[in-house]
Amino acid sequence: MAMKFLDEYRNVELARKLACEIHRITTRPWAIMEVCGGQTHAIVKFGIDELLPGQITLIHGPGCPVCVTPLEIIDKAIEIAALPNVIFASFGDMLRVPGSTSDLLSMKAGGSDVRIVYSPLDAVKLAAQNPGKEVVFFGVGFETTAPATAMAIFHASQQGLKNFSMLISHVLVPPAIEALMSSPNCRVQAFLAAGHVCTVMGFEEYFPISKKYRVPIVVTGFEPLDILQGILMTVRQLESGRSEVENQYARSVRREGNLSAQYWMSKIFKIVSRSWRGLGEIPESGLCLSDAYAIFDAEKKFGLAGRVVQEPKECIAGVILQGLEKPCQCPAFGTLCTPEHPLGATMVSSEGTCAAYYRYRRHNIMELAQAK
Amino acid sequence: MNAPDFNAVCPLPVSEYPRVLMAHGGGGRLTHQLIENVFGKAFSNPILDTRHDSAQFCVPAGRLAMTTDSYVVHPIFFSGGNIGSMAVYGTVNDLAMSGARPLYLSCGFIIEEGLPMKSLERIVFSMRDAARRCNVQIITGDTKVVDKSEGNGLFINTSGIGVIESSVTIAPRNVQPGDVVLVNGDLGRHGMAIMAIREGLQFDSAIESDSAPIHEPVLQLIAAGIEIHCLRDLTRGGLAAALNEIAEAAGIKISVEEKSIPVREDIHAACEMLGLDPLHVANEGRFVAFVPSKNAKEALKIMRQHPVSVGSIMIGSVSETSTPMVTLKSTIGATRILDMPSGEQLPRIC
Repeated sequence: MAMKFLDEYRNVELARKLACEIHRITTRPWAIMEVCGGQTHAIVKFGIDELLPGQITLIHGPGCPVCVTPLEIIDKAIEIAALPNVIFASFGDMLRVPGSTSDLLSMKAGGSDVRIVYSPLDAVKLAAQNPGKEVVFFGVGFETTAPATAMAIFHASQQGLKNFSMLISHVLVPPAIEALMSSPNCRVQAFLAAGHVCTVMGFEEYFPISKKYRVPIVVTGFEPLDILQGILMTVRQLESGRSEVENQYARSVRREGNLSAQYWMSKIFKIVSRSWRGLGEIPESGLCLSDAYAIFDAEKKFGLAGRVVQEPKECIAGVILQGLEKPCQCPAFGTLCTPEHPLGATMVSSEGTCAAYYRYRRHNIMELAQAK
Repeated sequence: MNAPDFNAVCPLPVSEYPRVLMAHGGGGRLTHQLIENVFGKAFSNPILDTRHDSAQFCVPAGRLAMTTDSYVVHPIFFSGGNIGSMAVYGTVNDLAMSGARPLYLSCGFIIEEGLPMKSLERIVFSMRDAARRCNVQIITGDTKVVDKSEGNGLFINTSGIGVIESSVTIAPRNVQPGDVVLVNGDLGRHGMAIMAIREGLQFDSAIESDSAPIHEPVLQLIAAGIEIHCLRDLTRGGLAAALNEIAEAAGIKISVEEKSIPVREDIHAACEMLGLDPLHVANEGRFVAFVPSKNAKEALKIMRQHPVSVGSIMIGSVSETSTPMVTLKSTIGATRILDMPSGEQLPRIC
């Protein structure tokens, strides 16, 4: 693996230049939402928002796949993992997410066979190696992880694996943006679209949204300079009254996206309505297995379809995910709710807004609270 | 004419059993053979060779330091070391962190039935070499064998005793505003060496663990009269955990600069891929030293004379505060909290 590292996208002089330019052109308050959790994380980790003028508010969007996975899916995962003879394979992030009564890490400690994998294809391998066991993969994530999930299903089908299935909770970004924009509470005036999602899907889907709601949408990367440049391009549009779709992340994103990845997604999945944690049900915002591959659906295999679970009341993750409040406005933040004892998923995932604030900001927040 | 021999001794010498059996831990002849032919041979020294239930030894003048640690690393062999050498260095390093000269170790082996005898021998002999390198003696030990699937190949516990020859007390509470933070080299290698094997990551060249003894530069700092306030090895939880524990214990603020913290490019890249922070990743041959800023230059010069700390560098400083914390100035010049990792490091989805 050849590696040229990312230092050039973290250069302090260039960051300052971009920040200065943003300061120079900003004349009014603007609210910009970065959609992706990875961007939220980079913003807080590198302190990017500290470099911005006070008039610019960054609103952290619902783009963390762990955070938006609804409680009922977590409960289903736990129920499947608890079954004898099951190997439950998941991305590491999902293990600490609290369900109604437990989480996957605790299930593992209690003797369930829960394994961390880096690729859904590793789960297919597990199924081939353990013909006497049922292997279930937890397929979560946005358009970024969906092609790999699709490929895993295709491989399992080619190999004729009868002991492999998936609990799927894949979600799609554009319907969520549309749902946010159509909410009467929406404060968002522009979006930084998620660079990795667009690497797969391209950005043609965003033209109608930008036009309909008159919002600038800038496809943006994840390094500090990417994000600063994305913000600069957004503010330029806002200040000049334009609302266009632009691509900051051109080194990775093409207008049409990755056509081969899209082909596999369309072959394996079909589009369905999905519940989002904190946002509720959004029409046509998720993926499930198409009829031809429905035999790999773990919900059907284990008879879990149609279950409904209520979200806990103390947690304001829903409001946070909509960008209506910041984590520090939650009374439970840092006291009742910490990464060790998370009330909601936004505190669990390393990409979650609350976790990012807790890791990088809590002292400033506590000090501010004391000063008040 | 001869009566048949009914002594049910297996005719094979111990080393000809290709794998460790339950009987090797049963306390009988096989246990005895294992101890004599493997452990006793490798670790031989006058104290151990008395073969008594407990080791007897004289202690030199000064305060004694004692520590214990259990090693459960999996896989047991990795690039740059194995569970055995790590078990020796880890305990030697814990002693060194209180300024002690390491003297004696105990070691307890919990072996999973079926471990290849060759693997055990390789590990034991690398422990012997590690102990020689650190000038410590392994003077007592224990062996247990557990059923297949009840262990992960091999667990090792080592305890260590060392002597503190100087009158300085090295402890977190002694860290003061005005101190500087020194680190003895690049971070994140041990944790990523293990992760790379576990996750099957392929790199141009294998990431090798930094597992190594660090007592020599420490003893030399003390001998040179450097006023060391605190030392801490950067094992589980990495730099972030160590600095947070010290900030909390001393009631001070530690400020570090991201751009001065050495992390190799391949480690950076592997961490990015797995969604981990190199400052949270474990090391096995790295420590931080808190010394008054007036001693910084000389301390760095001494540390750099040793191969294990040739990459020593200053990464931050200590100041007063009402809320103990660790802050990090990021590469783009903004400041943020450097937090304690919470629980296990879980790789991110995307």
